[in-house]
Amino acid sequence: MGDFLRASADIFTNPVLYSSAIRLGAFLAFAALGELVAERSGTINISVEGSLLAGAFGGAMASSLTGSVWAGLVAGAVVGWLVAMVQANTSHRLAADQFVVGITLNVLVLGVVGFLDAAFDPVPGRAAVLEIPVLSDVPLLGPALFGQTWPTYFLYPLIPLTWWLLHRTRWGLEVRTVGENPQAADVSGVYVNLRRRQAIYYGGALAGLGGGFLVLGQVGSFDPGVVGGRGFIAIAAVYFGGWTLGGALLGAFLFGLADAFRLAVPVLGYQMNAQLLAALPYLLTLAVMYSITKRFRQPAALARPFARGLR
Amino acid sequence: MKPSAASMRARPALRSVRAGLRDSLFLYAAAIAGALLLAAGLVAITGESWSGVPKALLDGAFLAPGRWGDTLTIAAPMLLVALGMVVAVKGGFFNIGQEGQLLMGALAMSLAGTKFAGPGPVLLVSGLVLGAVAGGAYAGIAAAMRFRRGVPEVISTLLLVFVAYQMVGFAITTDWLLRDLDPDRPSQAVSSAPLPESVRLPMISVFGNEFHIGVVIALLAAGAGAFLLLRSVPGFKLRLLGFSPEVARQAGVPVERGGRLALFLSGAFAGLSGAVMLSGGASSARLTAGFSTEIGWQGLLVALVARNRPLVCIPVALVFAALRTGSGFLAATGVDRKVVDVIQALLVLALLLPPAVRFVLDRPRATAGADQGGPDG
Repeated sequence: MGDFLRASADIFTNPVLYSSAIRLGAFLAFAALGELVAERSGTINISVEGSLLAGAFGGAMASSLTGSVWAGLVAGAVVGWLVAMVQANTSHRLAADQFVVGITLNVLVLGVVGFLDAAFDPVPGRAAVLEIPVLSDVPLLGPALFGQTWPTYFLYPLIPLTWWLLHRTRWGLEVRTVGENPQAADVSGVYVNLRRRQAIYYGGALAGLGGGFLVLGQVGSFDPGVVGGRGFIAIAAVYFGGWTLGGALLGAFLFGLADAFRLAVPVLGYQMNAQLLAALPYLLTLAVMYSITKRFRQPAALARPFARGLR
Repeated sequence: MKPSAASMRARPALRSVRAGLRDSLFLYAAAIAGALLLAAGLVAITGESWSGVPKALLDGAFLAPGRWGDTLTIAAPMLLVALGMVVAVKGGFFNIGQEGQLLMGALAMSLAGTKFAGPGPVLLVSGLVLGAVAGGAYAGIAAAMRFRRGVPEVISTLLLVFVAYQMVGFAITTDWLLRDLDPDRPSQAVSSAPLPESVRLPMISVFGNEFHIGVVIALLAAGAGAFLLLRSVPGFKLRLLGFSPEVARQAGVPVERGGRLALFLSGAFAGLSGAVMLSGGASSARLTAGFSTEIGWQGLLVALVARNRPLVCIPVALVFAALRTGSGFLAATGVDRKVVDVIQALLVLALLLPPAVRFVLDRPRATAGADQGGPDG
């Protein structure tokens, strides 16, 4: 136990840990931002996992074909949005159950991506590290926040943008309303399912961008297991954050920190049970959800379908 | 989504039934055709020929010698998992962690079979029971999180899958747990010791096709499940709970206990499935890191496609298992075997659409009679 504490202290005082926490958590932050909007509109969008993976593969393919990271990121966002299109229109136009659609889509994306990856085997490019002058020299946080690959910096403007969209536009107000009380929103003339679909589109595009970032800005290669269920961590991050923007981001980066910790242990020469370390992020997420979920009030109509006459 | 009752009432009964049936059949046929076309298109993109695929799949699944026995062997655990999903969904819960619960069941079976001495049949039966209990208890964690703290089981069951992977990894790499310490073991891959021959499920041999008795167990479970769900008081209470917890409470059904029980049973089916797989000789009756081979996920899809009707799960599980065994014969056609994953997922999506489309078509006449669109919709 003493060893464990000493090792932890050593690891947690190492500035590289925080830099890699941002690097490993960034794609989740993209996805969590989008998932937050979708959940505020009343959908637990399980297909965020599929959007992430589709975005990752789309990004890898596009960058492999064109040689451009830019093209890869755009393609990632588009493909992620396409998955969200299917999700939104089957669950909020055709009124199929959102979880059933989400699970099916995740399986479908995994199948299609696995098949196409075996056939085309894309070789994605990798974005360069861009150290922002001055800012990256700030001690401690500087290198972590401003010494990353350049697509990471797309995340920073998206944070205030998402906040502004959700809290300072009429659209955002309507999105939040249909997540809280769709009947009242409907009576006031808000097109409930349209707003929900749009919120899912936003979520899918951001998750796709996150997937593209994962391949092009973080890993630098593609295999069908690259996301490996971490889309669900993005959903958990939104819960963790009590459906607030800052909280969701904190959740995403906390997971990044756990991941960074797992990788740092052997690198810094410490011994720890490999399986425990690998399970750590998931256990942490479960523990946090257990201790925190009840404390926040979730969107009242979360996971409830809407049609006139339903209650 | 069920075609709403109100719309049926609004029209002359016979005509509406016949028209509804024709519409549905057309929708289903169109959806399946669309799915197959998409899959064929995807194969065309990769520059391979689609033409040999159906025959290869059929040969691999049924026609070649000994193949349909293999198909049944894979269909049985899928069916068990699907039945567990049906129980959960009927109770209003969405347990999607079957993959993990299945692994827990296999882990328990492996412990019972290799770490204890005793007469084979006793160990076998206690292993199967322990497997079911282990799977149920693992789902019980999610149930506890749901009822104590409001954590949705959709997310917790899923996160627990990834923990289960690591638990199995830990068990088979740890000497005092399950690691195979036999220095002459055939493969160097880390695994548990194989179950002794006496702790295996008895095999049935028909026309040169071999399958284990787990197939019979699964079929009996499907029959019993259908009867209990649709014709018994506990089954009625469970469905009431899934239909509306509020109504259930009013009618005196203990909501929380019922919910815990539904999730436990759902996990128990998955756990039993894992125990059946291991004692049926899957991966040479050794627990390995990839032991579950996605049976948990596929069983879940079976239940979705069968729209949570236990008896319909039987043919659906058979089709899914056939796609899997059939994919073994695809190598000769040049098409990657992963194409079956695509076909399968497209079929699932396609079969999801017709009822949803019908719901929308019926909507102008009546939405008031529509139900909540729960997962059994």
